[in-house]
Amino acid sequence: MKKSLFLALTVSIGLSLSACGEYSQVASYKPGNYQGKSDTRPWEGGQFAGNKQAWEAALNSRNQAQNEYKKAN
Amino acid sequence: MARMKFLCDAERCIECNGCVTACKNEHELPWGVNRRRVVTINDGVPGEKSISVSCMHCSDAPCMAVCPTDCFYKTEEGVVLHNKDACIGCGYCFFACPFGAPQFPSGPAAFGARGKMDKCTFCAGGPEENGSKAEFENYGRNRISEGKLPACAEMCATKALLAGDAPVISDIFRDRALRRGKAGDAAWGWTTAYGKPEQAAPAPAAKEGAK
Repeated sequence: MKKSLFLALTVSIGLSLSACGEYSQVASYKPGNYQGKSDTRPWEGGQFAGNKQAWEAALNSRNQAQNEYKKAN
Repeated sequence: MARMKFLCDAERCIECNGCVTACKNEHELPWGVNRRRVVTINDGVPGEKSISVSCMHCSDAPCMAVCPTDCFYKTEEGVVLHNKDACIGCGYCFFACPFGAPQFPSGPAAFGARGKMDKCTFCAGGPEENGSKAEFENYGRNRISEGKLPACAEMCATKALLAGDAPVISDIFRDRALRRGKAGDAAWGWTTAYGKPEQAAPAPAAKEGAK
């Protein structure tokens, strides 16, 4: 009787303690990836029709035009 | 082509709000949505400073990091754009943004009822056909694909607001600072926006059939 009680207690204690594991509560950060619609690049289609050099040249001239010292002198 | 950036020279900004007006007009933005605005520090006090603020298209954009639907992407030119079809209007990007750039058409409503987020696109449109009606209605005009710079910077009367290739606008600003003898409170927001290394976020592949 005592032996079976001891066995039952040992098993129940063992089982109850087995649920006491310690797990990390910190979420691991995973950077997401864009899954949406694809976009056309600026020089594709429309005015420049895929001519990247012409697009870059147009943008560069606009960039330089922001320097008013070059305009004035 | 290098990296597109904005540079606002606080020594030059005269708070005319020309950039705000140009932006609203260019993209036909609804009432309540201000992709760009002018903030004045110590307004009315001698020595007040004004800064034109919008999305700075950060190197390591916090909005991209927090978006639960991953609706943001970055173009090859470093412009941070988003896909409105995927936006759920949660407003996380607004809380993450150091510049208060994300705008919601329904204002401070509840989750989702705010409407889809709207922000400065560097006049580069969005994930629709360049120059299409759908692109204009959702994201505004695509000036970049027309070989033009953002309307706000091109309209700036004092050239306080510069936009374009980072090396070019840096050179313009350096030249300016040397001539006037001081940098002043200039290049506002650059460390916040561009102080971190460029985030490796490849732009979505070009559409099929495009060159």
